[in-house]
Amino acid sequence: MSARDAILNRLRHRRDGALTAPVSDFSVVTEKQWSDSEKLDLFQQKIESVHGEVHRVSKDNWLEKLKELLAEKQVKNLLTPLKAQVGVDTREALADGDVELLAYDQPIEGWKAELFSGVDAAITDVRSAIAETGTLVLWPDNDQPRLMTLVPPIHFAVVDASQLKNTFHEVIMSEDWVSVGMPTNALLISGPSKTADIEQTLAYGVHGPKELVVLVRQ
Amino acid sequence: MGHNASPQQNGVGEFHPRVHDAITNPQIRANFRKAMDGLMEKRQQAFPSDEELERTRELAAAIRLRALSKLPELLEKLEANLIAQGVKVHWAENGDEACKIILDICNGKNAKSVIKGKSMVSEEMELNHYLEEHGIEALESDLGEYIVQLAEETPSHIIMPAIHKNTEQISDLLHEKTGTQKSRDVEYLTAEARQQLRERFEKADVGVSGVNFAVAETGTLCLVENEGNGRLTTTVPPVHIAVTGIEKVVENLEDVAPLLSLLTRSATGQHITTYFNMISSPRKEGELDGPEEVHLVLVDGGRSNIYQDDELLDTLRCIRCGACMNHCPVYTRIGGHAYGYTYPGPIGKILMPHLAGLDDAKDLPSASSLCGACGEVCPVKIPIPKLLVRLREESVAGDHRHDNSVVKGRGAKRKGMEPLIWKGWAKMHKHGGLYRSGTGLATVLWGLLPDALLSKGMGAWMSCRTMPKLAKTTLHQQMKTRQQVQASDNNQRENAGDL
Amino acid sequence: MSSIKLYPPKPKKVYFFGTCLVDLFYPDAGMAGIQLLEREGIEVIFPQDQTCCGQPAYTSGYHDQAREVAAAQLALFPEDYLIVLPSGSCAGMMREHYPELFAGYPEEALAREISGRIYELTEFLLHVCHMQIEDKGEPVRVAMHTSCSARREMGLGDVGPSLLGKMAHVEVVEQERIKECCGFGGAFSVRHPEISEAMVTDKVAAIAATGADTLITSDCGCMMNITGAAEQMENQGQDSHFKGEHIASFLWRRCHGS
Repeated sequence: MSARDAILNRLRHRRDGALTAPVSDFSVVTEKQWSDSEKLDLFQQKIESVHGEVHRVSKDNWLEKLKELLAEKQVKNLLTPLKAQVGVDTREALADGDVELLAYDQPIEGWKAELFSGVDAAITDVRSAIAETGTLVLWPDNDQPRLMTLVPPIHFAVVDASQLKNTFHEVIMSEDWVSVGMPTNALLISGPSKTADIEQTLAYGVHGPKELVVLVRQ
Repeated sequence: MGHNASPQQNGVGEFHPRVHDAITNPQIRANFRKAMDGLMEKRQQAFPSDEELERTRELAAAIRLRALSKLPELLEKLEANLIAQGVKVHWAENGDEACKIILDICNGKNAKSVIKGKSMVSEEMELNHYLEEHGIEALESDLGEYIVQLAEETPSHIIMPAIHKNTEQISDLLHEKTGTQKSRDVEYLTAEARQQLRERFEKADVGVSGVNFAVAETGTLCLVENEGNGRLTTTVPPVHIAVTGIEKVVENLEDVAPLLSLLTRSATGQHITTYFNMISSPRKEGELDGPEEVHLVLVDGGRSNIYQDDELLDTLRCIRCGACMNHCPVYTRIGGHAYGYTYPGPIGKILMPHLAGLDDAKDLPSASSLCGACGEVCPVKIPIPKLLVRLREESVAGDHRHDNSVVKGRGAKRKGMEPLIWKGWAKMHKHGGLYRSGTGLATVLWGLLPDALLSKGMGAWMSCRTMPKLAKTTLHQQMKTRQQVQASDNNQRENAGDL
Repeated sequence: MSSIKLYPPKPKKVYFFGTCLVDLFYPDAGMAGIQLLEREGIEVIFPQDQTCCGQPAYTSGYHDQAREVAAAQLALFPEDYLIVLPSGSCAGMMREHYPELFAGYPEEALAREISGRIYELTEFLLHVCHMQIEDKGEPVRVAMHTSCSARREMGLGDVGPSLLGKMAHVEVVEQERIKECCGFGGAFSVRHPEISEAMVTDKVAAIAATGADTLITSDCGCMMNITGAAEQMENQGQDSHFKGEHIASFLWRRCHGS
């Protein structure tokens, strides 16, 4: 008998007999609801509590704020999406500036070394965001691949306030992830990369970005 | 013969000497005390509402029990969904089989270097040693695991593997092994480790990770982490192998939301970790990164045996948060290594006897004062103290109701004088008359000190305490005297009334 | 995390189960408990055939022997009076573990019925008797250690401090890590003496640091452990001077003015 069949066989013929599934009452999760302004405040507070930056901007001035932040952080080059509107707008706004615009337009194998050591920052949009935990929800794709939000030392994320959901549970249910079908990789990001493995002392950027900068467009 | 009083005298097992070494090491005592105090405080702050905590624990326990109640069906569903999405699924009866499966995958790809994300199951099966023996380099990438690997040690905590070391010790280690400068600047040490590991990520042929939750409904592997090494491990190398115990499956996607929230808050007091990484397939056509191949290795390793028993089943609810060890007064005193097994602390005491057998892990179930702190904080409400008592029973085969038990090594400690002493104790205490006649005195002491002859037991007690003083008259005697006096008073009153 | 429990009105009669540690080492605490109940106008019945709840054998894994002894105790309470014990640990055994211990036995129903009548003494005084306390004692500073069984198994962590809080001349000071186990754990203290010693030594130091004159406990196992270690440390020249007193003796002495 294969290991698979042997294991399943033991599980099916349980000595103490079949088990009954208890009821799962999700109300403690679903009743967590806040107003729009509370959601935004909570989102900001939670991200800031884990060393992330939040800037409240408008749909009109966010690119100005981005330029300001890029200058302040001395970003020399920026990895941007080619198709997502956030990328298109950023490329247009920065076309004549000092910041070199990079694109993730080939498989990682072709430029691994460059991505790992030559990119200062990346900018992405998000699929949605979670107020309760200060979380960005991303489904990386061909235009905004997985390593874009992981390898460069700074990650700029652009969030619309209208994308804020109360909880992770609400995101899964209201966006109907099960029926839509899960992507290769779905991702929650809540702050910059961190570790406390050396004597419980927090240090940022251990493997991923050292800075997470969130622009919330209202 | 069970343990004698003094660890120096007994050659039984190696638990006591390890405990002795840990407890007499002031550095270990200080490192753990400081760390556990901090973790308890953080967890406390993460649960401002007792009511919310209690209801979420109820929900999480129900979710885990629901998953276990359908375990074979859910494993098949998980497998079918993963296969349909292009993930290869393997099954292993034990750690050795799982190691071999992983080696075969590596050899098939002509892989020379493996980079690892944190995985307790891979520790359980000693994967690193196995791969090294077969000429494949296996490098841990979680900072704590990296430190432990450099030190040629094992993790002392399931969430914080290097918690037994302080900054100075880590600085010295990194200096000696990797040539960094000695420094107490944690940022500097972390940045150095980042640089060292980044180079390895770029070159690794295979990434090996664990799994926190495997969702049957969607065929999704979920990983919880802060550092980003888990994402690198599962994204950069061309092959990703996830390895997990068969109990980690949950039924529905929505189930992971409350489990994740409880896991991170219970473990370190974080409202969420930096990354929650959900993987459902290898790189699809047109995608620019991610592994071309993803494998899942499902390991039994004794779990299906635990599964047979209604009471022991609760052990499998565990989501590996480590809160039980953070709150354990024994773990705080002796640290993780003294236990001598992959999983230390309360969860280790109820899990390792199954994975290693009670004949091997015989000292673990008794190494608890049954204070209940572990059960109180467990996010999935595992009745750990109850399971400790059950395993004590198993180790001495003390309840004939469990004679056909599934526990490996049942009765391993039933030897020497102890069973006779308890029989004597029961005989005396079954009869109020015998007890009162004074034999009760000695037997009560036996009750306290059953494990050795009286003098040796008393020696253990008196190593740090004075001898308790017996009262001159027992409560039984005092009450009897009182009743006699009252009766005679009543008689006198009645007689007086007659006059 | 005490669940909300509905307490019955104060009864006319109760059974008293003294426990073996009280019987042999601290009978005065048992007597004080009985007198406190009588002071509430309750007639106390002390079955002379009582011995031990069976816990030592139970926690050591010898459940067949624990059951034999426990079965003998089940026969002691024929009337439907409530049963009061001056120990959270023994009360926890009888309330929480008897039903499972007798599962599948003829005594199962009886064990369940009796477990529903079990009360720890301080719980009974506070929640059933609504005890009024007139403190006739001198001003004193005390620390309280609640046993883990009382705190976690029975959910009675607040009861002892509530009773002490009713006393006008008693200052209650809180030791560091008040909820941590003292390291007794019955046979644990002799099976794993080094761990137990490390725990009790820390506990003694924490209590000594409060400057309390007296340590109040409601469990004699903890008291024997903590005061035994304190005495030994004192003998070895460490400053760990405080005496131990069972909460029943303390309450009786101060209410009675003796």
